[in-house]
Amino acid sequence: MSVRETVESPRAADSVASGAFEMVVGLEVHVQLLTRTKAFCRCATDFGAPPNTNVCPVCLGLPGALPVLNEHVVDLALRAAIALDCEIHPVSIFARKNYFYPDLPKGYQISQYDRPLATAGRLTTDATGETAASTVRITRVHIEEDAGKSVHDRFAGVSAIDLNRAGVPLIEIVSEPDIRSAAAAGAYLRALKQLLEYLEVSDVNMEEGSLRVDANVSARPVGASTLGTKTELKNLNSFSAVERALDAEFARQCALLGAGQRVMQQTLLWDAGSAAVRPARSKEESHDYRYFPDPDLPPLLVDRARIKRVRNDLPELPAARKARYRETFGLGAYDADVLTAERSLGSYFEEVARAHRDSKTAANWVMGEVRAALNARRLEIDRFPVRPADVAELLDLVASGTLSGTAAKRVFALMAETGDRASQIAAREGLAQVRDDAALREWIEQVIAEHEPEATRCARGERKLLGVLVGFVMKKSKGRADPKRVNQLLAERLGV
Amino acid sequence: MSISLDEVRHIAALARLGISDERAQLAAEELTSILAHMQVLTRVDDERAAGSDTDGKTGMTLRPDLGPPIPLLRAPAFFAPEMREGFFLVPRLATHEDPEPSP
Repeated sequence: MSVRETVESPRAADSVASGAFEMVVGLEVHVQLLTRTKAFCRCATDFGAPPNTNVCPVCLGLPGALPVLNEHVVDLALRAAIALDCEIHPVSIFARKNYFYPDLPKGYQISQYDRPLATAGRLTTDATGETAASTVRITRVHIEEDAGKSVHDRFAGVSAIDLNRAGVPLIEIVSEPDIRSAAAAGAYLRALKQLLEYLEVSDVNMEEGSLRVDANVSARPVGASTLGTKTELKNLNSFSAVERALDAEFARQCALLGAGQRVMQQTLLWDAGSAAVRPARSKEESHDYRYFPDPDLPPLLVDRARIKRVRNDLPELPAARKARYRETFGLGAYDADVLTAERSLGSYFEEVARAHRDSKTAANWVMGEVRAALNARRLEIDRFPVRPADVAELLDLVASGTLSGTAAKRVFALMAETGDRASQIAAREGLAQVRDDAALREWIEQVIAEHEPEATRCARGERKLLGVLVGFVMKKSKGRADPKRVNQLLAERLGV
Repeated sequence: MSISLDEVRHIAALARLGISDERAQLAAEELTSILAHMQVLTRVDDERAAGSDTDGKTGMTLRPDLGPPIPLLRAPAFFAPEMREGFFLVPRLATHEDPEPSP
């Protein structure tokens, strides 16, 4: 059977097979560490620098150049391993992983193999709408260097190589095959990304390749304890791509097994365009890499004092922050979940809440208007022109009655556009709330004249029309009228 | 830190153990005492204690996360067979005619 044949899905068997089999998934996540310089040399790690400008004799693999490990890499890797509840090994060994590829100038990648930095951890995910809370065991966390970048489609007939990324520090986080559905894989990845973001070990930017996921997936009969033959999925550029690829590959394997065929162990590439997998190359077993201890690098020793220091320096983690938001700010579970999903959003909320003091209102605005503005502008919150103190000022203006809720939304939209303060915009645009009875009565008289039938019916007892008429007054005042006072004055005027 | 009767009963229930009120009371006192002792132990400074797994071993030297980079004596273009727009150019591998990620 050819490789090509194995990826064709006998679709007729899909529905039968998928019900009889269980998905088994393990994930390998590569995370670029947030360091200024590379793992084994002093070149910068900047993303987006002109090609082959962040290179030196060490990361180009020039003869005689020797690697020296970046201490911050060790500390960041430890931070992640400790947060993942791993066992930290006091002695770990760097190995050479040999393969030949143009973007690997030394002909080997410095990695860790049989003696990694940390093993036997776990990551617990919360229940979501689709998945129950679960704990996924972490097999290992190890340090390695990245390869360079090959660009195959820039120039006709040749491949273009950029070695800026060669030697950039990574950790690889390998899970046990404890994941049983595509949704659970997504939940694990989101929890891991959130944890790494809180730990500040990586910018976890998938678009820039700071977080890359490979998935090992197999199917086995429901109730079986042995694992089926796995395939490895690559080219997964987003968490939703991971979920879709897992579902597609599981369906393909189920169809094969249901039709009495067997799954071939191989590496597959996800093609988002066709929503299908295609074979990459035959699976290389680990011994193909001819691992051996790197003779240039003595063992990495991690003493207890270092572990203790890193542990003591761990920032507040998502679960603890969630609990604190519920306790300190009196938020519900949903609000606490939303506001802690990203560390930076939570910090923004905290600043607004501290300055404005009404934490529930602050939460509603950050979850609603602020997030909507960020989404509309595709901005990260650290680049949002509206500072937390400015949102707090806006909420203060609403609380004092200077701005109506409607006007506040208009002011906020202008704040997001211009970066100006709420009070400046309110004054400039004439949006301060009007509570002067004479002005309100004038608008009311105009509305009654323009909507006489409704006003008459309201006066005759159709009290529900009062709200409609208040709405007309608000519209006429461009949101500036004090709606409570309008309601009172209108009721008096119509005698209801 | 103390362990309450409710916590003892909860743990017993999780472990599917039947436990009498008398035994639960005793377990709560014992567990509280153990935790109190653990609190004392955590105050011991063990950083210089003998017997660490790394004692006597020679490990690698670490460097601070700082530049500047080691300069190249010549720019990459001097020793690259072919460069275009800053990229090194290599023949496209027969196995990678389609764009795809490296191993």
